[in-house]
Amino acid sequence: MDALVTQTVQTPSPPRILGERPVKITARDVNIYYGDKHAIKNLSIDIPDRAVSAFIGPSGCGKSTFLRAINRMNDTIPSCRVTGDIVVDGQDIYDRDLDVVQLRARIGMVFQKPNPFPKSIYENVAYGPKIHGLTTSRAELDEVVEKSLRKAGLWEEVKDRLQASGTGLSGGQQQRLCIARAIAVNPEVILMDEPCSALDPIATAKIEELIDELRQNYCIVIVTHSMQQAARVSQLTAFFHLGILVEVGDTDEVFTAPRDKRTQDYITGRFG
Amino acid sequence: MSDHIVKAYDEDLESIKTMIAQMGGLAEDQLAKAVDALSKRDTDLADQVIQSDEKIDAIEVSLEEKVIKTIARRQPMARDLRDIMVAIRIASDLERVGDLAKNLAKRAHAIPDTLPRRLSAGVVRMGRLALEQLKNVLDAYATRDDVKAVQVWRNDEEIDALYNSIFRELLTYMMEDPRMIGVCTHLLFATKNLERIGDHATNIAENIHYLVHGRPIGEERPKKDTTSFTIFESTNTQ
Ligand SMILES: Nc1ncnc2c1ncn2[C@@H]1O[C@H](COP(=O)(O)OP(=O)(O)O)[C@@H](O)[C@H]1O
Ligand SMILES: [Mg+2]
Repeated sequence: MDALVTQTVQTPSPPRILGERPVKITARDVNIYYGDKHAIKNLSIDIPDRAVSAFIGPSGCGKSTFLRAINRMNDTIPSCRVTGDIVVDGQDIYDRDLDVVQLRARIGMVFQKPNPFPKSIYENVAYGPKIHGLTTSRAELDEVVEKSLRKAGLWEEVKDRLQASGTGLSGGQQQRLCIARAIAVNPEVILMDEPCSALDPIATAKIEELIDELRQNYCIVIVTHSMQQAARVSQLTAFFHLGILVEVGDTDEVFTAPRDKRTQDYITGRFG
Repeated sequence: MSDHIVKAYDEDLESIKTMIAQMGGLAEDQLAKAVDALSKRDTDLADQVIQSDEKIDAIEVSLEEKVIKTIARRQPMARDLRDIMVAIRIASDLERVGDLAKNLAKRAHAIPDTLPRRLSAGVVRMGRLALEQLKNVLDAYATRDDVKAVQVWRNDEEIDALYNSIFRELLTYMMEDPRMIGVCTHLLFATKNLERIGDHATNIAENIHYLVHGRPIGEERPKKDTTSFTIFESTNTQ
């Protein structure tokens, strides 16, 4: 293997947030390839529970690739190969005996483009609990749907039209519906890949407010190309560049006093 | 540091830096003239200082405008953010230095020509020291020289020590000769102004350190001014 000059910048002391929250996800020496393409190089990181961690970096640096490795979404890409360890709550998620469907319920994902099923609002949220057998009665299912929509901050807007199609909602509402859908199966981790990039500023603000509430109970990892968004919503920030995790630290530190020149150049708009 | 992708951003930051340099130059000039006016009892020079103060204020106003617009337009991050926050704090320190120099100049009017030289000598010495601190800290800012800034920060002790000794000296004169109370009070205020100018230079030094390293100076700020606790204890010298 090529010599890996992939040391992540070591801060003199570990991020404060890791002292305040238990670690939820641990990645060690993770390498990810698409065929010959080495997309993630020797990455190690600890991600805290009940906090928001943001992945930032220029397009193509591997943020989505690593995010997808956390719930094994990459399994669906034939050329993709993952080595190293990714451990969630002490469990190796690449363990052969692990049930990937169960894993993806524990580790939900929200994508850049809101992708509700072409079904009713109710069905969009009820679908997961049904296939995972999380409820035993219609009343219980109703309750889960309402609770999830409430947590996603969408209930008041849709409670009178639960049978209307999910695709008829506005972009921002669709994205909150997707978050409700992810929440409905009781996940522990929610992965979000540029969840606001298709939304206007008001819809974006509502999602950010929602993320801020959700972090009380979930481990949230968000990929965003908006540095301001990362600064606003996250407590931990990880900067990626060319497949390397360059720097990771408390968000307030990374955005006021980053340690690595590449981080500095990127977040101040100096990358040429 | 390399350039921004957006060129106009560089120009914004450059113009903020230039305005600080202008304010600094004026503050230095005002202080030098005020000390001179005081030592030579030159009331014309003093008036000149008093009238020029508004120039510093005017630059501060345009700097604040520029900073607000830059924040709104560019949402500065990291070093740029520190650059801008530090500029606005330094501007406010320099504006205060201007005010204090003006106040110092006003005292030139109140001190009679007949004042014994030894009485004003300490104040003038302290003025030179404050001026040197200001000059050094502005150099440190212009060159982003943290080592020099920390030196200024440490040297403030010297001004504080001098302030303490002049304070005691003036107290002694006042006790020896109550007719001196009026003039000595003016001199006391003058030294207090100079001591405050030293503090502003120290603030600026702290900001330079923050600008360069992204964290505050770790140690306690040097503080040797004990005059707040000094009381008249020598009633038996009467
Ligand atoms: N399915 C794929 N097949 C081959 N290469 C891919 C695939 N997905 C991503 N890549 C490559 O991997 C690198 C990282 O991509 P990605 O993780 O999408 O970056 P980011 O999310 O940071 O923009 C890029 O060079 C990209 O072209
Ligand atoms: Mg991506």
